[in-house]
Amino acid sequence: MDYFAQQFINGLVLGSIYGLIAIGYTMVYGIVGMINFAHGDVFMIGGFIALITFLILVSLGLTAIPVILLVVLLVSMAITALYGWTIERIAYRPLRHSFRLAPMLSAIGMSFVLTNYSQVAQGARVKPIPPFITGGYTLHESTDGFVIQLSNIQIMVVITTIVLLAIFTWLVSRTRLGRDMRACEQDQTMAALLGVDVDRTISMTFVIGAALAAVAGLMYLLYYGLVDFFMGFVAGIKAFTAAVLGGIGSLPGAMLGGLAIGLIETFWSAYFSVEYKDVAAFSILIVVLIFMPTGLLGRPEVEKV
Amino acid sequence: MTAPSINTAKPATGIPALLKTAFINAAIALVLFSLMIGIRTEAGSDGQLTYWTRFGELASLVAAVFGGSIVIELLRQWIGPTGTEKLVPPAVQSGLSFVGRYLAPALLIFTLLVPVIFYNQRYILDLAILVLTYVMLGWGLNVVVGLAGLLDLGYVAFYAVGAYSYGLLATNFGWSFWICLPLAGILAAFWGVLLGFPVLRLRGDYLAIVTLAFGEIIRLVIINWQSLTGGPNGVSGIPRPTFFGIPLDNSDDGLAAKLGIEYSSTHRIVFLFYVILALALLTNWVTIRLRRLPIGRAWEALREDEVACRALGINTTTTKLTAFATGAMFGGFAGAFFATRQGFISPESFTFQESALVLAIVVLGGMGSQLGVALAALAMIGGFELFRGLETYRMLVFGMAMVLIMIWRPRGLIGHRAPTVYLTKAQAISSDLVKEGHG
Repeated sequence: MDYFAQQFINGLVLGSIYGLIAIGYTMVYGIVGMINFAHGDVFMIGGFIALITFLILVSLGLTAIPVILLVVLLVSMAITALYGWTIERIAYRPLRHSFRLAPMLSAIGMSFVLTNYSQVAQGARVKPIPPFITGGYTLHESTDGFVIQLSNIQIMVVITTIVLLAIFTWLVSRTRLGRDMRACEQDQTMAALLGVDVDRTISMTFVIGAALAAVAGLMYLLYYGLVDFFMGFVAGIKAFTAAVLGGIGSLPGAMLGGLAIGLIETFWSAYFSVEYKDVAAFSILIVVLIFMPTGLLGRPEVEKV
Repeated sequence: MTAPSINTAKPATGIPALLKTAFINAAIALVLFSLMIGIRTEAGSDGQLTYWTRFGELASLVAAVFGGSIVIELLRQWIGPTGTEKLVPPAVQSGLSFVGRYLAPALLIFTLLVPVIFYNQRYILDLAILVLTYVMLGWGLNVVVGLAGLLDLGYVAFYAVGAYSYGLLATNFGWSFWICLPLAGILAAFWGVLLGFPVLRLRGDYLAIVTLAFGEIIRLVIINWQSLTGGPNGVSGIPRPTFFGIPLDNSDDGLAAKLGIEYSSTHRIVFLFYVILALALLTNWVTIRLRRLPIGRAWEALREDEVACRALGINTTTTKLTAFATGAMFGGFAGAFFATRQGFISPESFTFQESALVLAIVVLGGMGSQLGVALAALAMIGGFELFRGLETYRMLVFGMAMVLIMIWRPRGLIGHRAPTVYLTKAQAISSDLVKEGHG
């Protein structure tokens, strides 16, 4: 039971990271109707920028951890958001009214560009950082000596995710931008006729998605203590799985799916085999799409002729 | 209803506007590259991260973006507004069709003569075999993507199944290549059906992701099932192909000895060349024949409109399954050939990048055009060879090329998607009926 509780905590933390990435997929799919294949790599870029900002701040002599964290968060969000904007502008916007496969292939190309760009720019080796936030709480100690730990990083990841989700939900449901986004999701032509700047709204979608991915990258860096240029691919597919599981196009669904994937992966590693944890996650994607093509919270897709 | 023109970017005119655009682009580039290029991090021997600055590279990259955007802007003003699809004047078109008619036979004759012309150039022969392997993979995937319109991002899985089928059967049971080749094809086709069943209900992008997941699952199983596949170490010592039982070596039973000619290691390369050429031509021939059968027509109908297809009484289940199985079978053949040519296979040869490369060949070739796929394979693999020295930049350039080609010609170099059958009388259809993007 204690082991289960510990794994549950670990799964929640991992799921929060997946959920943050999954929101980017689900938003873009909802509005533009394409799978932003490069989104996993945007997450990776976010991790790298966070790492580099850390290094600079530490070498500048800053020691106040909250200040460092805040600066790193803002810098990585800002720069990664610009990456998201640029990718949309270069690779997707010219193809918006092209045939269906074109944006998908362009996105795959963009994913290769980003992966290899960071390999060329930062080298192929794994970049570790020393444990930055240490300490934690012991929740429960059983008689046989097994301890349930809740580390400060885990608390931070979950709290950050909740806060961001709150801000994000407010943004989508209460602001002008959110209204524009929902309008574009329903009907771009009609939205344009009613004075919504469709281009700008789509750009903002990519910017927000990339910023959330940057937060996920920072969380990943803090939690696992390393980044490498190839981490975007697998994380991206898993986050996409999460988005599909939750019902693509649905924002709470993305978070729910992220948590589900995180938990499944953690429990699979804990109780069955670590080697096959990715196989488990991908199999779930296939099973979900067969039996629940609309996911947990998705709306059924109406087939128009 | 046509899509509204929501491209609000006005063409910049005059020098100040030009410079302004360039400055903005350079500023964006400066922010993008500032940390990723301007700072280089590396883990030291003690695990401590260090960094150093590279402002020179940063400055030159930003300058390149500045100059590049001026050049692009100027070109855009000279050439005028370009759509994604450019109209070709009729004279050029007829010339092209004339070339097109004779290009394929000429290319085939040249390919047949390659081992004769380049007999002493081992490098070119090896490259030619590689190109032909990808031509075959491209033609195989073309059945799934180009004809049936099912986007398959996990095609490499069938390639892997074929390669491992031959590799394991040959090393464990000592079966010969010519027995294993059909077996590899059948096994791959079986996996194709197995994958096909669950994904039948999926469409478009979902299908793409599921096939991608399937490809990754196969690769992960190969890596982790060490007792069978040898895991990351792969399978080595895979037997070389024989000339229908006669080995191609310098032993007394070898083909050279039997024919009474002097042994040369090139014989085997030439033999391999003709084997893959025959396999590729088989793929091509089968595809062309299938296109004229009801099943091929059903594939094309499925590609154009699945709902209409079902309304016309075509069984979409079997249609999709046969497309998957046929494509997978050719992938399996190519895999078996790959295993026998390399003599060694490992999971590293079957990554997602391979799938993307083959898909890029099919798309660049114009999705459905057999000649286009062959030319695209030549261009892609040839282009890869040009960047051989720059291993790390290779995939970077490949990715950029993929994006640029999609923007420049989303339909591929040879946009050939006309159905094989036409109605004799042309009918005017309103544009929104033929507009794509549904499904």
